[in-house]
Amino acid sequence: MSEKFDVIVVGAGPAGSACALTCAKNGLNVLLIERGEYPGAKNVMGGVLYRKQMEELVPEFWKEAPLERPVIEQRFWMMDKESVVQFGYKGLEWGMEPYNNFTVLRAQFDQWFAKKAVDAGALLINETVVTECIVENGKVVGVRTDRPNGEVYANVVVLADGVNSLLSKQLGFHKEFRPDEVALTVMEVINLPKEKINDRFNLEDNQGCTIEIFGDSTKGNLGTAFVYTNKESLNIGVGTTLSSMIKAKIKPYELLDYLKNHPMVKPMIAGGESAEYLAHLIPEGGYRSVPKVAGNGVIVVGDAAQLVNAIHREGSNMAMSSGKMAAEAVVQAHTRGDFSESSLNSYRDALNSSFVMKDLEKYKDAAHTFEKYPQYFNEYVPMMNKAMSKFFTVDGTPKREKQKQIMKSVTSERGTIRVLQDIYRAWKAVK
Amino acid sequence: MNLDDYRGVWVFIEQNDGKIEGVSLELLGAGRKLADKLQVPLAGFLLGNEIKPLANKLISYGADIVYLVDHPVLKNYRTESYMKGVMLLAEKYKPEIILYGATPNGKDLASAVATDLNTGLTADTTMLDVDIDNRLLEASRPAFGGNIMATILCKKHRPQMATVRPKVMKALEPISGRTGKIIEEKISLNEEDMRTKVLQIVNDVTKRANLADAHVIVCGGKGMGDVQNFQLLYEFAETIGATVGGTRDVVEAGWLPHHLQIGQTGETVTPKIYFAVALSGAIQHVVGMKNSDLIIAINKDPNAPIFDVATYGIVGDALEIIPKLIEQFKQLRTEKGGEMSYV
Amino acid sequence: MHIVVCVKQVPDTKIIKINPKTNTLDRRSAPAILNPYDAHAVQEAVKIREKTGGTISVLSMGPPQATAIIKKSVEIGADKGYLISDRAFAGADTLATSYALSKALEKINKEHPIDMIICGKHAIDGDTGQVGPGIARRMDIPPITNVIEVSEVNQKEKTVLIKRKLTNGYELIQSEFPCLLTVEKEINEIEYSPMLNMIKAARYEPVIWAVSDFENVERSQLGLKGSPTIVGKMFSPPRPEGGKRIEGTSEEQVKQLMEILMEKKDLLSTQPSK
Ligand SMILES: Cc1cc2nc3c(=O)[nH]c(=O)nc-3n(C[C@H](O)[C@H](O)[C@H](O)COP(=O)(O)OP(=O)(O)OC[C@H]3O[C@@H](n4cnc5c(N)ncnc54)[C@H](O)[C@@H]3O)c2cc1C
Ligand SMILES: Cc1cc2nc3c(=O)[nH]c(=O)nc-3n(C[C@H](O)[C@H](O)[C@H](O)COP(=O)(O)OP(=O)(O)OC[C@H]3O[C@@H](n4cnc5c(N)ncnc54)[C@H](O)[C@@H]3O)c2cc1C
Ligand SMILES: Nc1ncnc2c1ncn2[C@@H]1O[C@H](COP(=O)(O)O)[C@@H](O)[C@H]1O
Repeated sequence: MSEKFDVIVVGAGPAGSACALTCAKNGLNVLLIERGEYPGAKNVMGGVLYRKQMEELVPEFWKEAPLERPVIEQRFWMMDKESVVQFGYKGLEWGMEPYNNFTVLRAQFDQWFAKKAVDAGALLINETVVTECIVENGKVVGVRTDRPNGEVYANVVVLADGVNSLLSKQLGFHKEFRPDEVALTVMEVINLPKEKINDRFNLEDNQGCTIEIFGDSTKGNLGTAFVYTNKESLNIGVGTTLSSMIKAKIKPYELLDYLKNHPMVKPMIAGGESAEYLAHLIPEGGYRSVPKVAGNGVIVVGDAAQLVNAIHREGSNMAMSSGKMAAEAVVQAHTRGDFSESSLNSYRDALNSSFVMKDLEKYKDAAHTFEKYPQYFNEYVPMMNKAMSKFFTVDGTPKREKQKQIMKSVTSERGTIRVLQDIYRAWKAVK
Repeated sequence: MNLDDYRGVWVFIEQNDGKIEGVSLELLGAGRKLADKLQVPLAGFLLGNEIKPLANKLISYGADIVYLVDHPVLKNYRTESYMKGVMLLAEKYKPEIILYGATPNGKDLASAVATDLNTGLTADTTMLDVDIDNRLLEASRPAFGGNIMATILCKKHRPQMATVRPKVMKALEPISGRTGKIIEEKISLNEEDMRTKVLQIVNDVTKRANLADAHVIVCGGKGMGDVQNFQLLYEFAETIGATVGGTRDVVEAGWLPHHLQIGQTGETVTPKIYFAVALSGAIQHVVGMKNSDLIIAINKDPNAPIFDVATYGIVGDALEIIPKLIEQFKQLRTEKGGEMSYV
Repeated sequence: MHIVVCVKQVPDTKIIKINPKTNTLDRRSAPAILNPYDAHAVQEAVKIREKTGGTISVLSMGPPQATAIIKKSVEIGADKGYLISDRAFAGADTLATSYALSKALEKINKEHPIDMIICGKHAIDGDTGQVGPGIARRMDIPPITNVIEVSEVNQKEKTVLIKRKLTNGYELIQSEFPCLLTVEKEINEIEYSPMLNMIKAARYEPVIWAVSDFENVERSQLGLKGSPTIVGKMFSPPRPEGGKRIEGTSEEQVKQLMEILMEKKDLLSTQPSK
């Protein structure tokens, strides 16, 4: 009954919309299916959107996209119970074209991005859940949705259905996550008047700031917390790997409450009203967890393919790039008239030679190094704070003497050899 | 049009087979104030069949003049026939203000009349006043789903018309023997010209009625936690002879049928005693119950807005307090014997 | 059978936020949706078409973005959509709205004679319910408001049998076509649209008319100019003063409350049961 499309894209997040946009630009007949009331309705992200990959899809997007603030300052906090060691960078060059990155609210951004795909000719259908891929003799030929007469057919189906991609699981591309492969992150959008944000973070109207928080922000578990500034709200969130949550027997929202009431954080959000509460998984398995990404008549992109750089919390950009590369592969396959796995594998090759896989490869050991050796989070961060406190407290002790004491306390707490091991291990993980 | 040709405050008197709707009497009460401020007579106008006997009642409730249009075709309400009657009166006597009850028929009639008179109509008014200098009706109503109030004005057109929510205005105490003028207008209508026929009118009082007439209401909110806990309120209501209502969230959660929802998009109620249990007191709820005589709020959040409306506020856990109340009242019942109820 | 359904785009008042300082609504917080009652109106038209066959057109007056709700109507099952969009329409109250819509309806009626017009009971932003009857008067057809059931459509006799909701209960009405109905939510359940409608809707582009597309419109009756009512002041709803608190342990609170109810105010008491 229903017509046949060149390509069906499942999911209108960054990956899906990027793919649909690129396919449509190349004249393909695209159907983009989204389960939300509108694209982004339920999508979650801390909110840093990277310029580079976005620009490749929509040149000078900052002139029209619903962005919050260009990020001109990135801070990093090593937080202990009642203290924090900070470092970071602030540069005005990030505040002007072409910018570096932006804070965004996904509900608005995804809607706009999907609209770009629609303007390019893609058909967008909301409030429709794809329940499974239709497989005929070893080949994906379309999707089944939860709607009456809900089958739709296409030469290629692109799975951009996000982190726990049931659809690629059904195809046996990957198994259930191991708890150490995903981080459960909860975040809240907290409304705060523009003026307050500008004062508290020392910003102008059109300047944004991001803070990544390590250490006590996760009660010493593997993971990070963040506070990002929007125009008139803050995104505050915290996440740790499922495995460490299970180990430490903590619930995600408890962590968020803990963070919001932390003496170092509380003043930043004081007086704000919580507008939204969101919980979402982040694939953190990295390189080793990337599943099969192409099959007969099917391609997997974005979070669905676990393409996230947890260390730098880059996901949306990898999602977009993978979506774009997938689209290019589909276009080639279309001209070839061959939608087999081997034909579509040009996507896998493109991925491998791109920053996406290179970055994931670089950090392939980071996650479980830090998972395996929690001391980085629960020992060194407090140590650093002690050290700083000691060093800067003016009590008449000569500075050289202080340094000795600090080194001593560090090595005595963990022992010289183990400290050296730790340093080496950490360096290897991120080198 | 010359605005000064228009004088007098009018109220549409809605009657269903000889019974006057409560809202019409409430509007005579509200209209009386406006008429006095503007120093003009207050008129009630009444359409139907064999309705003359009702006229004096209207005068006792504050009308100075009663206009009657009596005709068999007007027996049951129909837009096409009723609006002919209203047009006839309005064009002949040129009132400056006409109020209608915001009932299905009142709204229907007012909307049609406003179109033919080419004048402004304010819907679902909850506050009425006049700017005496400009003889302007200030009709205020909830806007944007009740989050704020808007005052609607009609400066250049007459009559100024508004439909008014039932149960927000207060009727006057009737004064028997109060005198006034009764004017009857002839109208020519014949059934053949009518394009609609009322085949049957079915009153099912099971619905709505019970909340509207209840002297004591126990209204529960989402804070009851779940549908099991909510049953506590039925037990409580049963012990004190009250009727159970709920907030929209409760209705949407499926704990209660829709016709028991109290508030802006549900029923407006004015019982003698209103128990607001585990509900926050959102404005859309409050507009539906704030005119209750005595409001008792039970909420564990001391800052819940419901306490701003409550005559008595109890900060506490409903799941703890309600059972105790049930227990106490049951005890009383057994001691004294008989049923608990409002005196 | 040609049914025209009037559909309006409204801010979703369920999640609307008001700026307490300016008393205006914070657009960002209020996504624009198809007025829920109008969705039921379209659904009812679909149910009627199942019996009688024919065409369903939807008509909306609003900004260009209102195309979205016409697409939504096509998802539910409408065949055709008209959007009248023009600066001259802006700021219309119910009188000016019914005037503009009736002009569009006259134009549609010329192209394809209309048997029935269906509106929602009211729009959740305006909450007036006045536009429907207004249109009916201007088209000189009978309005039947608060409809909870369309029991029977007789195309030969050109009559409909309708249940209309009343304050206590309902009435059974027979009307000639063409006529105008305004529908309550309980009239039907919105059905989950089949895939075909979704695809059709995604592609659909409505007919768009500006004032210049109409002959014999009086501009003086359009938009703000044509609106007798104006919004005076906006203010947040008055909240009555809070009364006194009943303090103490739950036992004490209960005790005090009983006293108030039974003695002080003596509102409740035991009556000998009949
Ligand atoms: C708390 C948090 C903070 C983050 N911070 C950042 C950050 O600061 N910067 C950054 O770059 N990345 C960040 N990320 C990662 C980033 O959000 C993701 O990598 C990115 O959203 C992936 O895009 P995607 O399109 O692959 O998946 P998604 O954005 O998850 O989109 C998937 C889409 O598919 C739809 N869908 C799913 N299943 C179906 C189905 N069966 N049928 C139809 N539709 C379906 C969903 O509704 C959704 O719209 C963060 C993630 C989280 C959870
Ligand atoms: C256009 C529009 C129309 C609306 N119409 C209506 C309407 O007609 N009627 C209506 O009611 N609402 C209406 N609403 C919804 C209204 O805005 C509120 O959302 C709703 O009234 C909230 O219901 P609630 O108080 O039961 O739930 P909540 O707001 O969730 O309140 C629960 C309360 O219970 C308290 N609580 C929790 N546990 C306990 C406990 N154990 N003991 C004591 N207290 C406890 C909490 O402190 C809280 O105050 C409308 C909204 C809109 C936008
Ligand atoms: N701008 C509009 N465009 C189309 N239909 C409308 C418009 N405004 C009102 N209506 C119709 O009139 C009904 C009642 O609206 P209202 O009188 O504003 O409450 C709505 O449910 C719609 O069916």
